[in-house]
Amino acid sequence: MTRVNTPGRGRNAVEVRGLVKHFGETKAVDGIDLDVREGTVMGVLGPNGAGKTTLVRCLSTLLIPDAGTATVAGYDVVRQPRALRRTIGLTGQYASVDEKLSGWENLYMIGRLLDFSRAEARRRADELLERFSLTEAAKRPVGKYSGGMRRRLDLAASMIGRPRVLYLDEPTTGLDPRTRNEVWDEVKRIVADGNTVLLTTQYMEEAEQLATELTVVDHGKVIAEGTVRELKAKVGGRTLLVRPVDPDQLPVMTAAVAEAGLDGIAGAGTDPAGEALSVPIISDEQLTAVVGLLGARGYGIADISIHLPSLDEVFLSITGRPAAKTDEAEEETAKA
Amino acid sequence: MSATTTQERPAPAAPVQGSEDGRIGLRANLRHIGALVRRNALQIKQNPESMADALLMPIVFTLLFVYVFGGAIAGEDGGYPNWIVPGLMAMMGLSIAMAVGTGVHEDFSKGVMDRFRSMPIARSSVLIAKVVVEIGRLLVTMAVLLVVGLAVGMELNGRWLELLAAVGLSTLFGASLTWIFILLGLTMSSAQAIQGMAFMVMMPLQFGSSIFVPTETMPGWLQAFADVNPLSQLAEASRNLINGTGEVGGPALSVVLWSVGITLVTAPLAISKFRKKV
Repeated sequence: MTRVNTPGRGRNAVEVRGLVKHFGETKAVDGIDLDVREGTVMGVLGPNGAGKTTLVRCLSTLLIPDAGTATVAGYDVVRQPRALRRTIGLTGQYASVDEKLSGWENLYMIGRLLDFSRAEARRRADELLERFSLTEAAKRPVGKYSGGMRRRLDLAASMIGRPRVLYLDEPTTGLDPRTRNEVWDEVKRIVADGNTVLLTTQYMEEAEQLATELTVVDHGKVIAEGTVRELKAKVGGRTLLVRPVDPDQLPVMTAAVAEAGLDGIAGAGTDPAGEALSVPIISDEQLTAVVGLLGARGYGIADISIHLPSLDEVFLSITGRPAAKTDEAEEETAKA
Repeated sequence: MSATTTQERPAPAAPVQGSEDGRIGLRANLRHIGALVRRNALQIKQNPESMADALLMPIVFTLLFVYVFGGAIAGEDGGYPNWIVPGLMAMMGLSIAMAVGTGVHEDFSKGVMDRFRSMPIARSSVLIAKVVVEIGRLLVTMAVLLVVGLAVGMELNGRWLELLAAVGLSTLFGASLTWIFILLGLTMSSAQAIQGMAFMVMMPLQFGSSIFVPTETMPGWLQAFADVNPLSQLAEASRNLINGTGEVGGPALSVVLWSVGITLVTAPLAISKFRKKV
């Protein structure tokens, strides 16, 4: 099959204009515009019920939009659904693999459904199981897989047809932090291969880790867009918390950081509990600089943690009101 | 494999079939149905208990009717197995098809259906594969039924070809019923509702027929219903085929027409329901 139109790098793999999808009274998607450039990762960030999944379902031909247009790899979602389905890979919120079949059988089946020959489908299944570190579990039924293994198989299944655009709909929702990192590593490898990815997530941290550009949605509308850096600047970035070995040193440490004049650091204080030094930062370099300074001055550090802006804080700063569903602040702790 | 291999390998890209607008050709369609039948067959292999009904039902019903009711219904002249086994053949199609509704409901609410529906395959192939697997289950059931039937005294007198024809008719009718229950499974919102509905359809059809007893003793209105009931027609066609006792053409034609009619109405409805399912 020849493609009607082959977007090159830098062109839009996904173009959405004024997309609307209502379910009765609920305006799930209410006029969304979105461009995803070829070879980039677009993160669609929003709380539960913001319309993220409905958007992905419209873009994967599972739902027919009520109004507006959307094209993927040049194919229209309404007029050319069959051709469009050849260009996409979909990983849903819940594992879209067959739990009663083994991992290998799942991948082989999808290969056959994508018109690979038996030999090619077999080879592709072996190849992807190995790539996603599932070779040992290949023959086990997916129902017996752990949550992380299931997501990895789901990713593998979506990659079989070498899709031009990969949709990841909340790929780590419901996973524990360690498993989440595991899935992130796989997604990063997929991205490093130059794939175009549309990622939806409720987690600011996930968007930061994986996406190059962000679109923030709420109540079916785009409320902010830009690069991760731009949005973070809007929100105010992270807060570095340093707990000294000797709590009595806290005031001198605070003064030392405040007076050092480190690049871009606008003020150091004490956290509300009065146990740690608190410094707002926006880059890893600043983190290194603060910790380096304290180390060089010979202060003993017991614990370092980074407080990331929660989705709530992002929403609060963009819209002036809390998100529809509150989300706990993400905490990253590193033992010094 | 390394992370970059996908880029280096001259990709045998997925779309090797299909025309410009992505329309799916017949051979590709058959291949897709084959892959989906394999999926259903592997599920049965993974969960062999799911075949229990198909294997036990013919045994239980044959023994029940021949030994419990047989004496009372047919007296002691011993011809009852030849009467009841063709009737049970007709019933098995209905019973197997009935179980499909709840299975479809469960299967089709799973995430894997989203994957199928977002893939470049004809969406009907998912449903057709289901029907093919049910036909397989029905054939197993009928094989068991015939073995048990012959064991309890059914006599064929060499009418093997006629027996095959009777099996074929029952399979055709059973397959058309499968579409009804797939449609029910896709339409109704809970497994209980589907089961209740299935029983409401099954009971009158099954007992208001000549499957178990001749219709002559029924009151006139019921006899009128039983005589047009396709299950009666099917039982009669099978009986006449296997026993060589009477006219085959009329009832057989009626069964074929019913089967084609049911399929033509319910299959497109089921496929469209599946296509639009949110």
